[in-house]
Amino acid sequence: MATDVHSPSWVNTNHPAPPQRPPASEVGVLGWLRTNLFIDIGNSILTIVTLIVLYYIVTNLVQWAIGAYWTPIWVNRKIFAVGLYPTAQLWQPALVLLMVSALFGVSAGQWGSMIRGLGFGLGVLLLALALIPIGLEAQLVMAGSLALLVVGYFIGARLPIPNKLLSIAWILSLPATLILLLGGLNFPAWGISWTFAPLVDTNLWGGLMLTMLLAVVGIALSFPIGVLLALGRRGNLPVIKYFCVGYIELIRGVPLITLLFMGMTMLPLFLPSNWGNPSQLVRAVTAITFFSAAYLAENVRGGLQAIPKGQYEAAEALGLGSFDKLRFIILPQALTKVIPAIVGQFIGLFKDTSLVSLVGLLELVAVGKAVIQQPEWLGVPGGVAKEVYVFVAFVFFIFSYGMSFVSRKLENKLGFGKR
Amino acid sequence: MAGHAEDFDIIIAKNVNKWYGEFHALKNVSLDVKRREVVVVIGPSGSGKSTFIRTINRLEEHQSGEIVVDGIPLTHDVRNIEAIRMETGMVFQQFNLFPHLTVIQNITLAPINVRKMKKREAEERAMQLLERVGIPEQAQKYPGQLSGGQQQRVAIARALAMQPKIMLFDEPTSALDPEMIREVLEVMEELAESGMTMVVVTHEMGFARGVADRIVFMDAGEIVEIGTPEHFFTTPQHDRTKLFLEQILK
Repeated sequence: MATDVHSPSWVNTNHPAPPQRPPASEVGVLGWLRTNLFIDIGNSILTIVTLIVLYYIVTNLVQWAIGAYWTPIWVNRKIFAVGLYPTAQLWQPALVLLMVSALFGVSAGQWGSMIRGLGFGLGVLLLALALIPIGLEAQLVMAGSLALLVVGYFIGARLPIPNKLLSIAWILSLPATLILLLGGLNFPAWGISWTFAPLVDTNLWGGLMLTMLLAVVGIALSFPIGVLLALGRRGNLPVIKYFCVGYIELIRGVPLITLLFMGMTMLPLFLPSNWGNPSQLVRAVTAITFFSAAYLAENVRGGLQAIPKGQYEAAEALGLGSFDKLRFIILPQALTKVIPAIVGQFIGLFKDTSLVSLVGLLELVAVGKAVIQQPEWLGVPGGVAKEVYVFVAFVFFIFSYGMSFVSRKLENKLGFGKR
Repeated sequence: MAGHAEDFDIIIAKNVNKWYGEFHALKNVSLDVKRREVVVVIGPSGSGKSTFIRTINRLEEHQSGEIVVDGIPLTHDVRNIEAIRMETGMVFQQFNLFPHLTVIQNITLAPINVRKMKKREAEERAMQLLERVGIPEQAQKYPGQLSGGQQQRVAIARALAMQPKIMLFDEPTSALDPEMIREVLEVMEELAESGMTMVVVTHEMGFARGVADRIVFMDAGEIVEIGTPEHFFTTPQHDRTKLFLEQILK
């Protein structure tokens, strides 16, 4: 019904009017093509040129990939996965995978959102590995993990498992992983020596397992440090504040590789002499943790700054003390806001761990380098470096993209519901 | 603190001064509020009325003068500040609900963690309060899913859950759509009738006229005039008061 623009008073008797569909040129495939790819002559030329270049690159890549020599990767699949970890004791990393899968499953069922996305990604990966004939035992482990993931999901979705219990399980899973991989606990300095299997030296840990472990342990250990640094930097106590600022800026002003070298050479100077020589893994993890904590602190600070002053005032007006105010009001909101940034940082760290190959640890890139040098492939024309590095890059990409995809979906979701 | 007479001054402010840097925001503000009294503070924006009620529970610190709330002197002692905050509920212009908690969690958080109340009991009381402000069906929602008027009513319930002796309202309807102001004012009127001591900063003259025991008019950081609604709207004394009333009642 048209508005009578000439009349001094007019009533819309048709209110509320039903919504109508937008014009056809705005929706559908044709509409999308028109507005995005062929809006004018310049835009159309760009589209066509880009398509030609893309075609050229993709066809060449595919041709190369079909003719490439992938045997070295297939033959060394165990080393790419776990490094030099003793074959007879592979049941230990297998147990870790089973445990983590079960935890992911239950958490995905209970918490949903991001964990569900990550759990789904893990499930797809496990399914693929269970179907590829990488070896019967390994396939059974993958299938078992997948089963635990799925069963865990339904348990988590049906049964009311307390959040606290699940969080504690996650926190305990980290030391449990380390003990499982080591084969026991061994601190001669404190007289602790307990083993359930022959101890596996950490220098034998390697491959994707080590890459993952470094990134996860790095983030997990740096998390509390980073939160404390962020709070200290935002606080009112000058000494603590300037210590935090100094630490954060110092670390952020230094490349990770420098810290890794410093960790390798200088860490023993700061430890009591009767602790013995820390292993290379411990030195690398220490450097990574200190590095990651500084960046995490800045991310958390961003989250703290995004909390409106009114939230602090409301908490204070209700009589909450400073600690309760942080615990119940400020940190939950600040940390939720920075989950995407922390995931981004985790992805960065996941890739940065490749630097530990330079200090003698056998993570994914170092395994790749070693494989390239194996004498078996000397006769291959052009060597196998291309294949190996493409494979390593592909593995990094699968994990990084998977995580950033999940995090982006979460970011979109955080905008709703709780606004 | 027990055993005081009915007309005991529950809030005593004597020569309160506050500066923001060089700016003198409160100039020798003195006001006593009796138990069960409803005091409405009005005045142009920037007159210091919000600053003044925010000094009462130490959201703003005053630099000189004396404030005593329910017999507790407001000093730098954190225990005194927390004791005063337990006795005073506050309602803000921007609601300031906790967006990551549900309505019922917003209301029960402080009783459970500050008053150490049992969770069951706190939830029962929260539901009673939600009944009182008229939105029990919203208990499990998040603040972002409620209208402004509903959010402000939750904020009032949250403040009441601490069983305060005094309620401070800092422009509680100024951020609301006109259609929602009424529902919040009705809750406040009911609260006043129940005998709650209230200090209300507002521009709602209808509320001031109908509910206030006394009206305080502030301008440029000072109290200009104090009187009953009757006195205020019929025979204001000071020229500044007359000008203000003329402009808003026009």
